[in-house]
Amino acid sequence: MKPADIQKIAEHEVDFQRAYKHRINVCTSSGCVPFGALKVLKAFEEAVKEFGVEKECKVARTGCVGTCSVGPAVIIEPGDYLYQSVTPEKVREIVRDHIVLGLPMKENLYSNEAFFTKQQRIVLKNAGKIDPHRVEDYIAMGGYSALVKCITRMTPQGVIEEVKDSGLRGRGGAGFPTGQKWSLVARAHGSPKYIVANLDEGDPGVFANRTLAEADPHSIIEGMVIAAYAVGAEKGYIYIRAEYPLAIQTLKLALEQARVLTLLGDNILETGLKFNIELRFGAGAFVAGEETAILASVEGRRANPRPRPPYPANSGLWGKPTLIQNVETLANIPNIVHYGGEWFAKYGTPRCTGTKCFSLTGKINNPGLIEVPMGITLREVVFDIGGGIPDGRKFKAVLVGGPSGGCLPETLLDLPIDYEALTRVGAIMGSGGIVVIDDQSCMVDTAKFFTDFCVEESCGRCNPCRAGLARVKEIFDGITKGEGKMEDITTLEKSSGYIKEASLCGLGQTAPNPVVTTLRYFREEYVEHVVEKKCRAGRCFKNLNSEANKQ
Amino acid sequence: MSIGTTTLKIDGIEVTVPEGTTILNAAKANGINIPTLCYLEGLTPWGGCRICMVEIHGTPKLFPACATPVNTGMEVITQSEKLREYRKMVVQLLLSERTHVCSVCVANNACELQKLADELGVDHVMFERNWTSQEIDSTHKSLVIDRNRCILCTRCIRVCDEIEGVHILDLKNRGKDSQIIIDLDQKWGDSDYCTSCGKCAKVCPVGAIYVESEALSETKDKHIAEFILSRRNR
Repeated sequence: MKPADIQKIAEHEVDFQRAYKHRINVCTSSGCVPFGALKVLKAFEEAVKEFGVEKECKVARTGCVGTCSVGPAVIIEPGDYLYQSVTPEKVREIVRDHIVLGLPMKENLYSNEAFFTKQQRIVLKNAGKIDPHRVEDYIAMGGYSALVKCITRMTPQGVIEEVKDSGLRGRGGAGFPTGQKWSLVARAHGSPKYIVANLDEGDPGVFANRTLAEADPHSIIEGMVIAAYAVGAEKGYIYIRAEYPLAIQTLKLALEQARVLTLLGDNILETGLKFNIELRFGAGAFVAGEETAILASVEGRRANPRPRPPYPANSGLWGKPTLIQNVETLANIPNIVHYGGEWFAKYGTPRCTGTKCFSLTGKINNPGLIEVPMGITLREVVFDIGGGIPDGRKFKAVLVGGPSGGCLPETLLDLPIDYEALTRVGAIMGSGGIVVIDDQSCMVDTAKFFTDFCVEESCGRCNPCRAGLARVKEIFDGITKGEGKMEDITTLEKSSGYIKEASLCGLGQTAPNPVVTTLRYFREEYVEHVVEKKCRAGRCFKNLNSEANKQ
Repeated sequence: MSIGTTTLKIDGIEVTVPEGTTILNAAKANGINIPTLCYLEGLTPWGGCRICMVEIHGTPKLFPACATPVNTGMEVITQSEKLREYRKMVVQLLLSERTHVCSVCVANNACELQKLADELGVDHVMFERNWTSQEIDSTHKSLVIDRNRCILCTRCIRVCDEIEGVHILDLKNRGKDSQIIIDLDQKWGDSDYCTSCGKCAKVCPVGAIYVESEALSETKDKHIAEFILSRRNR
């Protein structure tokens, strides 16, 4: 395989696909499979044969389109007709009406236009369009052309400059400028150098990275190889949670395909570039996604974070310079190289360029996976894309940033989403989890829930996170049981401040965010719980009431 | 290759130390005292107890002095109202975390946690005390581990691994449930690999690991790791 052969594969595949008049894409990602997507896929394959249209109609599996609440989702091209909640029984009708008669079944189409119009898909541009199990599909969409451009026409320094120009910042949550990180690793002394792709998505209700790996695994691999070329790394690891079996299977297959096409290996596309990727599986610890903990885990040790400095760019895996990036960051890279940093910087805001994937969950009409430009307001996300609150309930708060994010009230809905703005109001970008909370939820109970999660997931190395969070949890237990005192609120504030500032790693430093923000924006609920022993949502004091009932 | 030096300010005093020195050692070399607990000279810094936290001018973060190397031009603050509050918080949280009753502890008057509480003026604990009933293992012929008194500083693990070279001690579970274990979570008496060197008891800052019927003031030797290393490197 030579660089020019990639172009040949692309041309061949495009011709092959053009031979079909229609393409039926059945979403077979983790969201749709439990709803019977594989049966739907099989039903389509049988139906096109039954109607004798298998020559003009290609049935393919595909990744997630984002509308996870109405799965299985099926897209029929041309025209991007999105069918929702498709059952094997409906398949025959769809093929007959849509393919044979040319009459799309309007009543089965997804009708929430707004879900897509406000989105901007860069990372997820192939999700729902290509078959993630076929590397040819990815190449036909322009895949690996960015890698070819790098190794044939750009210097490693040139690639880094392009990434710097794009303004891309780490999508793992902290928002460190990616280009700057690459220069640090490129300049660091030591050999070999390593790349670790972080796919340890441990937050409850967050599934953006999983979806990416299931829908477009080669974009991650291509991003890694480009990064390897830029920083001079020889070996890469994708660290993925073992709880993602479908993503693991998809990545394994993709890695194998990339090796066969010499897009990975000791002599990539006969240019002498050497880079290999191995998978590493996480054992289910949330903290393993922290950048120094991930290193320990890849090395085969207990996933404990360690103090920084030294930073992984200088001393990472086995003490060697290591580039750690979230997979979403890496999947942006081929686009940046292909279209240029300047093109990328047109999206988003000047300080936060590009897009960000969010997992939209909770009390919302259109839950699912979205990709929006940075700087979009929370209101647009919740009410336009998300379609607002179901069952006529009232919006109460939105938790941004996963279990260690902040609970923001209605008055902050017009806040533009970017790293700095979120930090200012007490939330974080984090893993991109957005949980919408309606008036049936109690904010004290919500803060308690996320504190419980962080207590369970604390590694135990440093005192504030281990002992501090455990005490905070006990105070919450007391308040929600009706044993709260006003001093408890002060103690919560004091210990939250201490945990935030004194903890060793990002987990501890952000764990009190739900507590701090609910205290800041919903303090009256705490006071009600403590003074009046009243929970306006009726969530707390349950045991108390049942005991009272018994008597 | 000569090693360069680094000049920085600690509490307003200009100091010059060899490149790569930690803030803690730079302070110590210049007569500035920073309290420590999980840190022990001769062992890899752990940075877990947070008692040695210092402020560095120009960053909102706090840094563990034991694990942070100095940088040219750095301005370190080792004493402030905030640091004092937070150090008190460290001690209070440790005291509340497990069963710490000085009057019935082997380490009474020889305990580093007790000493710190005294020095920092911790006269009460603002949290509910947590009375644990964790396993006490006295199956070894002389060494005893009382996990109710453990503060998870991991000095014992590090000395066993780095100095004795045996690594029979390690951690199991995580967070508040973390426990020091022997071999693969066995009884100490059943351990085939423990050399019974007793270094774990010598470095334990509290009364969690001790030698049966020996006063801890006699067992203790904070300088064991440093001493052995200096002999080895001669």
